[in-house]
Amino acid sequence: MGTKNWPLWEIFVRSKNGLEHRHFGSLHAADAEMALENARDVYTRRNEGVSIWVVESKHITASNPEHNGELFEPAQDKVYRHPTFYDLPDEVKHM
Amino acid sequence: MKDNLYKYILGIADNSLILGQRMGELCGHGPSLETDIACANISLDLFGQVRSYYQYASKIAGDGRTEDDIAMLRKEREYVNVLLVEQPNIDFAYIMARQFLFDVYHFMFLTELQKSKDLTLAAIASKSIKEVSYHQRFSSDWIKRLGDGTDESHQKMQNAIDDLWTYTEELFHQTEADKEMVKQEIGVDVKKLKENYYKKVNDVLEEATLNIPESKYFQKGGKQGIHTEHLGYLLSDLQYMQRTYPNMEW
Repeated sequence: MGTKNWPLWEIFVRSKNGLEHRHFGSLHAADAEMALENARDVYTRRNEGVSIWVVESKHITASNPEHNGELFEPAQDKVYRHPTFYDLPDEVKHM
Repeated sequence: MKDNLYKYILGIADNSLILGQRMGELCGHGPSLETDIACANISLDLFGQVRSYYQYASKIAGDGRTEDDIAMLRKEREYVNVLLVEQPNIDFAYIMARQFLFDVYHFMFLTELQKSKDLTLAAIASKSIKEVSYHQRFSSDWIKRLGDGTDESHQKMQNAIDDLWTYTEELFHQTEADKEMVKQEIGVDVKKLKENYYKKVNDVLEEATLNIPESKYFQKGGKQGIHTEHLGYLLSDLQYMQRTYPNMEW
């Protein structure tokens, strides 16, 4: 079997209804359907999920680590962008 | 009645035990990491199911033998699995063809067993059927992928189907215990599944661009304890720990 020719897929699993899909890892598969079945077996066999998304890795555009300076550092000294200056009542949770 | 029920339970359980062992042999040897895990999962599903059956058989037998004794310590001629499930892992096409030819039967069988008047068997069937539904999806998918794949994969899958075809009809043979259990509405009348089985199998084979074998000669004997030469080797693996360290527990 030419498994080395199978493309790579990124796997996203929603662990509970209401939560977002989270990146779980990646695996090889010949097509989307096989990627779903493989993901089911590799990542949800211990009852981790209620929904799976698969995306072929080549469709993901990633930021270049070399550009981290211009992309992310300007945000570091702008603490006022965090809503940390409000007094929250105790009843408000999950903030 | 008790004796027939005991035999009937073994008839169901042994199929899954032996197929589970065959799939388990692939653990660490699958063609890719992903299919390796998938095959091990199928094996574990089947072992989970047989535990329920053997626990029940142990209770029905009531002679002090545990589920492990029944599963691990019988002699070759006392296993009553069909010949299909003991056939060896020749290549991945064989493995998936064997799985597929059993899964289609297994799913139909459990669908009917859910209606059994024996509530324990009905409950085991209801619990198992989702797993088996996935097995069928997985193996059918591979039949189509390999059958309708490259020339080489097509040829390998055709060879596997041609070779294993001769073991399919035994699935629909009835032992005396089977007949008695059908009469009491505990057992499934497998003869009634046969037409639908071949229809379903043929549909998948056609979609996979595979030829449906025309051979009318079928092997049988497993249900009477008369096995192919492969079972003995399988059992010596399966039973090794219990034979070498009697009464061992985890």
